[in-house]
Amino acid sequence: MSAANTTNVLAEPPVLRITPPQGWWEVDFHELWQFRELIYFFVWRDIKVRYKQTAIGAAWAILQPALTMIVFSLFFGKLAKMPTEGLPILIFYYSGLLPWMYFANSLSGATAAIVQNQGVITKVYFPRLALPISAVVSGLVDFAIGFLLVVPLMIYYHIRPGVSLLLFPAFLFLAVLMALGAGLWLSAMNALYRDVRYIVPFLVQFWMFASPVAYATSIVPAKYRWIYGLNPMAGVIEGFRWSLTGRGDPPGPMIIVSVLVTLAVFVTGLIYFQKMESTVADVV
Amino acid sequence: MSDAVIRVEGIGKRYQIGERAQQGALLRDVIAGAFRRNGKRSSRDAIWAVRDVSFEVKQGEVVGLIGRNGAGKSTLLKILARITRPTVGHAELHGRIASLLEVGTGFHAELTGRENVFLSGAILGMSKAEITRKFDAIVAFAEVERFIDTPIKHYSSGMGMRLAFAVAAHLEPEILLVDEVLSVGDARFQKKCLGKMEEVSRGGRTILFVSHSSAAVTRLCSRCVLLNAGRVEQDGPAYEVIGAYLRDLTVTSASRHWDLADAPGDSVVRLRAVRARKVDGTVSDAFDIRHPIGIDVVFDVLQGGHLLAPNVHFFSEQDVNLFITIDSDPEWRYTPRPVGRYTSTVWIPGNFLAEGSVVVRVAITTLANMNIRLDKSDLIAFQVFDSLDGDSARGDYAGHLPGLVRPLLKWSTAYEPERNDASLLNSAVSDEYVQP
Repeated sequence: MSAANTTNVLAEPPVLRITPPQGWWEVDFHELWQFRELIYFFVWRDIKVRYKQTAIGAAWAILQPALTMIVFSLFFGKLAKMPTEGLPILIFYYSGLLPWMYFANSLSGATAAIVQNQGVITKVYFPRLALPISAVVSGLVDFAIGFLLVVPLMIYYHIRPGVSLLLFPAFLFLAVLMALGAGLWLSAMNALYRDVRYIVPFLVQFWMFASPVAYATSIVPAKYRWIYGLNPMAGVIEGFRWSLTGRGDPPGPMIIVSVLVTLAVFVTGLIYFQKMESTVADVV
Repeated sequence: MSDAVIRVEGIGKRYQIGERAQQGALLRDVIAGAFRRNGKRSSRDAIWAVRDVSFEVKQGEVVGLIGRNGAGKSTLLKILARITRPTVGHAELHGRIASLLEVGTGFHAELTGRENVFLSGAILGMSKAEITRKFDAIVAFAEVERFIDTPIKHYSSGMGMRLAFAVAAHLEPEILLVDEVLSVGDARFQKKCLGKMEEVSRGGRTILFVSHSSAAVTRLCSRCVLLNAGRVEQDGPAYEVIGAYLRDLTVTSASRHWDLADAPGDSVVRLRAVRARKVDGTVSDAFDIRHPIGIDVVFDVLQGGHLLAPNVHFFSEQDVNLFITIDSDPEWRYTPRPVGRYTSTVWIPGNFLAEGSVVVRVAITTLANMNIRLDKSDLIAFQVFDSLDGDSARGDYAGHLPGLVRPLLKWSTAYEPERNDASLLNSAVSDEYVQP
């Protein structure tokens, strides 16, 4: 059987060419696809390890946003009386926190991905892109668990999603792409400069205040909205709330700016990441 | 179409000095560096870890990459394993590749043995279906069936190592790139792994093997590439190249001879040649541990009438004196030697020296008045290797085996089927069970 295997393989042996880095665009999506099982295993490992030896396990994926929702509702909603665009306070905050926490966790995970896996990176080849990709994908599992709480909340407040719900996956995809794009930049920089790991927590904090998580976009004057849209997470979170609840206006030109910025960050992130990729094993 | 499965052409890898040592630079250093060097990197700050390396490996060959520390072996292997990219040149590899630069790549202490088999297998390049298919074989090979669902942080280091080896041993690539890993770790098991690797190479697969230990290379490889300062210095049959490597290390070879004019010695005796040879007379750098090694001491007696006792001193790589042997040939022991050419040969029996390199020192002495007429160190060197056929003193043990000598000794066993004090006492008294 093994002999048969060998002949079979010899009939069409895969040829690998090793060359110095060439040009600024070498991203090989076909190869990445061939390594999809490895991405699956990385995701699986991340999730397994995340909840090993925890008493309540994956329930944390609900508790974290739920507890934050209560705190935000108390302070921003009840005490500061921030407008919630006519949505019940709990739903307003939860629908903002869910995508935000996904983004923040995925970004931190992707940033650390290269450095945390340096033991593997320096010993075996696989497309390095698999690491940040699996970081943002494993965040989706937490997101899905956290999403389970949305259903009882909506039922309780008698909110029925409309056709806008069809656009929900698009906004989620935008969040994934943005987390990955920024994660590519940061993980590559983190491999070279360990300063990044100290910067990221601040960055995430500032970014949250620059996004409509704790407040509604309506407090931003209309003529500045497109500038606000330069932060893609503003468009993502607004879009989330809208597509989920069907209330308020669909995101306007702001979302176009968000999409363009996300694409720009993602593509430049790919280029920068791949530039780092060829030497990362020497420096990480 | 050539049948080379690995073709390396003009590969070079340049590092900026410090770049390799930088373990996650701080931005501050980079900014400071940019000011200091004015942003320019001079070529003086660069070193070539590998330069102008070209060679081909045919299908089914087992090739060793040897060289001193920093010779570029590991860098070259990392380039071929695609862990890092070359600065210049290119290489072509035909077939499915697996690289094994470490045992237990991808293992995670929090995960169970089962989970780690899948994770590590996937990282080393196996598909999920392939791992599922081989899972039972891997676990049986590692002998950890009972603990397979325990997190490996609770494993002993030996168990963890066995499981890691087992995963690696079940890779079925057409090209296997291995770094050193097989020369460490636990024992009887290692033999199993070497056996598995041999199976791999017999299956027509190609292996490129980096090692710092010439013994391991002699054991596994038929061909060797010697790297020195990043370049290929020699490429050929393993024994030859390892011999050259050892010569390079100790500045001696398996054979030396002198013209009379510069021969060591005094007015009475001059040393003309020293060589290590096999029973059939061929001079050799490398000896199977099971075979006798002959040392010829060739000397000219220029002035007759003296008692002369050639003596040979053997040293290990670490310069430990293994033993000294003094010519006790009865014919010449008490006979003053007339003028002429003498060749004294001493035979070291097979299964006596340990694996490794041996350096030889020769002296010729008149014992009566302890007149040392000549005494030369580091004359020749040779290598003792064990081909692991199981009939040397190693038996089935393939791991690190310390000791300066390795005799194959006779063992006997006394066995008694019943164990109680009375019978123990009886047997001891009656001597009944003690058989020669």
